[in-house]
Amino acid sequence: MTTLAAHSGQLTLRGLRALLRQPFYVAITLIQPMIWLLLFGQLFRRVVDLPGFGGATYITYLAPGVVVMTALFASGWSGMGFIQDMERGVMDRLLVSPVRRGAMMIGSLAYQAAVTVIQSLIILIVGRLMGARYPGGLLGLLVVVLCAVLVSAAFASFSNALALLLRTPEALIGVANFIVLPLTFLSSTMIAADLAPSWIRAVARLNPVDWAVVAGRSALSASPDWNLVSSRIALLTACALAMGWLATRAFRTYQRSV
Amino acid sequence: MPVFPIVPAFPIEAIDLVKRYGDVTALDGMSLAVEAGTVFGLLGPNGAGKTTTVKILTTLTRPDSGAAHVAGVDVLRRPDAVRRAIGCVAQKSGADPEATGRENLMLQGRLHDLPGRALRARCAELLDRFDLGDAADRLVRTYSGGMRRKLDVALGLVHRPSVLFLDEPTTGLDPQARAELWAEIGRLTAGEGLTVLLTTHYLEEADRLASRLAIVDRGRVVVTGSPEELKASLRGDAITVELATEPPGSAVANALSGVAGLGAVDVDGRTVRARAESGAAALPAVLAALEGAGVAAGSATVARPSLDDVYLRHTGRAFHADTEELVG
Repeated sequence: MTTLAAHSGQLTLRGLRALLRQPFYVAITLIQPMIWLLLFGQLFRRVVDLPGFGGATYITYLAPGVVVMTALFASGWSGMGFIQDMERGVMDRLLVSPVRRGAMMIGSLAYQAAVTVIQSLIILIVGRLMGARYPGGLLGLLVVVLCAVLVSAAFASFSNALALLLRTPEALIGVANFIVLPLTFLSSTMIAADLAPSWIRAVARLNPVDWAVVAGRSALSASPDWNLVSSRIALLTACALAMGWLATRAFRTYQRSV
Repeated sequence: MPVFPIVPAFPIEAIDLVKRYGDVTALDGMSLAVEAGTVFGLLGPNGAGKTTTVKILTTLTRPDSGAAHVAGVDVLRRPDAVRRAIGCVAQKSGADPEATGRENLMLQGRLHDLPGRALRARCAELLDRFDLGDAADRLVRTYSGGMRRKLDVALGLVHRPSVLFLDEPTTGLDPQARAELWAEIGRLTAGEGLTVLLTTHYLEEADRLASRLAIVDRGRVVVTGSPEELKASLRGDAITVELATEPPGSAVANALSGVAGLGAVDVDGRTVRARAESGAAALPAVLAALEGAGVAAGSATVARPSLDDVYLRHTGRAFHADTEELVG
C-alpha cells in the first residue's frame, strides 16, 4: 500500500514537473476556465429573468457549473498523456518495471486532480470578482471542488482507458469530443433543470456531470440540501472508483496487443 | 512462494515460445538458453521475432504457448518478481524527453524502491560512467541519439539487475556513438557479471559483443553457437564472383560442378557464392570454368568465413538483402 502511494506520488510529480516546464501550456490551463466563465456569463446573463433560477444572478448560478465543466473538459484529454507515453516508449518501460498498474493510473488521476483544484479555485475567485455570491461559505466551496475532482477522476479514467484500448490520438480525440459536450448540455450546468425538456431532465438524472453540478450548487446556496449533496457525492465516488478500476484493467488489453 | 521442482539452470531460458498477432506468426517455437555472466546475441533481420522474444521475456506481453524463466523465476506466473530482477533497454528509447537525464534515472530508481541517498549516488555514478555528467540536468529532448541511447542503458542498470535485455541498442547510431556503446556493453559482463541478451541485426555487433549467438529466422532459432564455432562450421573460404551479365539458367552451376574442392555453390542474380577449402587455390579454376562456359566475370573476392556466410548458409538468404527487403 505504501509502495503504491509512493509510486503514484512519483508519477504525479513527473506530470506536474513536465507541465510547469511549458509556460504556454500553463497559461492556457489557467486562462481557459476564465474564458468559459466570462463568455457564458455574458451570453446568458439575462436568462435568470426566466423562472427556475431562484432569483440569484446568473454568474452565481453559473460558477459551480463552469467549475465542473472545466474539470470535465480537461480530464477528457487525460488519455493523451498515456498515448504520448506509448509513442515515446515510456509506457513500455514503466510496464516492465516493478510499478503497479494501479499506481500508473492513480499517478495520472492525481495529476488531473491537482490541475482541477487549481482551475476550480481560479474560477471561483474570478466568479466572485464578477459578482457571484457563495452563501454556502467555505464548506460549500470545498464541496464544489470535491465534486469537480470526482468528475475529473471518473472522466480521466475513462479517457485513459480509451487511450489504452484505442492507442491513437485521433480516436481518443474523436470519442472525447463526442462524449464531453453532450454531457455538459444534458445537465443543469448552464440552464435550470425546470427549463429543459422532460427527456433532458430524465437523462440528466443519470449524468455524473449533473450530479456534480447539482451537489455543488446546493452546497454553495444559503440553505444546502445535505441529503442531496451527500447522495450525489456518494454516486460520484462510486462512479470514479468503478471507472478507475475498469481503466486499470485496460492495461491487460494493451499488453496483450503489444 | 511456489517451490520449483527443477531449479532453472540458466538465467534466461525460453522453451518453445509461440506468439501470433492476428494472422502473423511472430514466434514459431522459439527456444534459447543463456548461461550466467555471458552476452548472448539474437541475430536476425527485422521481423524475425527478436523483439517479440524480448517483450515476452521482460513480461511486457505473454506468449500464446511455451514457457520462459528469467533470473530463476517463471515469467508467466510471477512477472512482478521478474521485473525486479531485470533491466530492459527496449528498441524504442524509453526515456521521458520532457524530464532531465537525472530525473529519468531518479524516477526509475524510485520505482525500484531504492532509498534516496543510495539512489542519488547511483545516478551520479551512472551519469559519470556513461559520460552524461554535463548533460545530467538538461531535458532529454535536447540529447543526441547517442546520448539518449546511453541514458537508456543507464536506466536499465539503475537497480543493479542480474539480467539485462538490450534490444537493438545501437540501431540508428552513428559509427562513433556505436563504438562507444559497444565499449560500455563489453564492460558490463566483464565487470559486473551481468547476463545479457542482446538482439541485433548488425553482424559486426553480434560478432564483437556476444560470446554465444543464435541466428533467428521466421520466429525460431535456426542455429546456435559461439561466433567462432559458427564460422568454423562452414569450413573453408567464401568465394564471391560478380558476373558481368545475368547468366542463363543453370549455366553457372553446370560450369562449376567440374571444379574440384568447391562446395555450396549459390547463384543470386549476378552474384555467385561458393566455398572452398582454400579460396586462393580454387579461384583460378573457378574463373577458368566460368570463362569456358561463356560467362564473363566482372570481379572476384576471396574471404575468410563471416557471420554473413553463416546466415546465408542457415537461412538460404543473404543477410543484408533480406534486411533491406524487410526494412524497405
